[in-house]
Amino acid sequence: MTTLIETLLNGLLLGALYALFGLGLSISLGVMRMINIAHGDLIVVGAYITSVVVQATGVHALASLVLVVPVMFAIGWTLQRVLLNHVVGRSLFAPILVTFGLSIVVQNLLQEIFTADTRSLRDEYISQIGFDIGGVSVGLLPLLSAAVSVALFALTHVLIANTHYGRQARAVADDPSTARLVGVDDKNFFAIVTGFVLSAIAFAAVLYAIRTPFSPSAGPERLLYSFEAVVLGGLGNLWGTFFGGLIIGVAQLLGARVSSGLGPFFGHLVFLMMLLARPHGLFVRTVR
Amino acid sequence: MLRTEGLCARYSLLQALFDVSIAVAPGEIVALIGSNGAGKSTLFRSIVGTVCVEKHSVLLEDKAIGGASERWQLKRGIALVPEGRRLFPSLSVLENLLLAARNGRRGAWSVERLFEELPILGSIAARPATALSGGQQQLVAIGRALAANPSYVLCDEVSLGLSPLAVNEVYALLGKVKSAGAGIIIVEQNVSRALSESDRFYCLQKGRVVLEGRSAEADRASVAQAYFGV
Repeated sequence: MTTLIETLLNGLLLGALYALFGLGLSISLGVMRMINIAHGDLIVVGAYITSVVVQATGVHALASLVLVVPVMFAIGWTLQRVLLNHVVGRSLFAPILVTFGLSIVVQNLLQEIFTADTRSLRDEYISQIGFDIGGVSVGLLPLLSAAVSVALFALTHVLIANTHYGRQARAVADDPSTARLVGVDDKNFFAIVTGFVLSAIAFAAVLYAIRTPFSPSAGPERLLYSFEAVVLGGLGNLWGTFFGGLIIGVAQLLGARVSSGLGPFFGHLVFLMMLLARPHGLFVRTVR
Repeated sequence: MLRTEGLCARYSLLQALFDVSIAVAPGEIVALIGSNGAGKSTLFRSIVGTVCVEKHSVLLEDKAIGGASERWQLKRGIALVPEGRRLFPSLSVLENLLLAARNGRRGAWSVERLFEELPILGSIAARPATALSGGQQQLVAIGRALAANPSYVLCDEVSLGLSPLAVNEVYALLGKVKSAGAGIIIVEQNVSRALSESDRFYCLQKGRVVLEGRSAEADRASVAQAYFGV
């Protein structure tokens, strides 16, 4: 019984990290109607930038966020301005094709610069601290990841619900041409949104890199988990993405209990079954 | 004075407007009359920058401003109330107004002032913009344009789909906007209403101005002829 509770709890904490992977994807889709196939590779880029900063300055990976977040914001802003703004809004397929190409370019660039070897930001100190709550053991790092994830989802929620930027985001998502009529500069706004998305990716990347070794080809798997979280929750539904991530995380760890190698498989299986049961996602308010 | 001079507009290969010259002065209501497809909405879109036109074909106080983006035209004081109201369904009524107020110019039409002039807004402020009657939606849509403090307001299909009572409310609001000194161009399907509410009129037919004049002196027969093109 205790081990079951432990698995569930750790599944939820792992799921919160998957949800954090999906956060940026959910925002891109919800605000810009854009699917970014390079999303997972950008998580890996964040991890590599972090490792470079850590090597150069000697600071802790978490402290490096002070530098990595602004750098990632700048990359996102530039990427949107230079490349993605040319394809966004035209059709659903144009951004998919362009970001698919981007994904290949990023993977190869990373391999060229950092070689194909795996790297790790594993931190013996943080990784080994754990708590024992009534026989259930929980690690500090998963707790920290979940806390960061919840905090970023809450921040995004508040930004969208209560600020001028949030009103612009909802207006553009509703009706881009009318949004322009009330003075929304959509192209510039999209650059800020993608900057924000990559800032969120920076947090996901650092937590992921401390947890797991990574290599230039690790992106597509990150994308897959992100995608499953987003689709499970319903496209463009922020908290849906969060709960979608939790479900994938729990399914993976429960699956790993059945057979240690089958964790990811069970994650995908649950995703597939839920997709068959509710094609529009679990938390879609109205089906139009 | 907001003018177009020899304005031509095209959608890729199809030319929609030919040599259109119209004008509206501050404190004046001008009616655009014409059948579906005559080019009224295209003319509005050309003025506010949705349809790209030649720079010297749109003039604001004799300065050439054609071809600039919607955002720039809004900053210069030209606002469009689009056909079908087009309120943002994910935003409340208040948020629709706040968005425009923040992106537009500062001036007399603050969001508070709008709530004073339109008491109905008070009771519907928190509702999503879709949970309103057509008349309420149109008042909010005009309010959203006013929140940007424009000098010129272009209203497409002012009364389409509204109850007679709601139409009166909408024109009462436009009357206030006019007396506050703004120039207004309206597109109105009801020709006699258009003429009675406006100071001057233009008839558009197949993308050209075919008749213009003072609304009070308009000859119904020639307007009808210009409208139907027979």
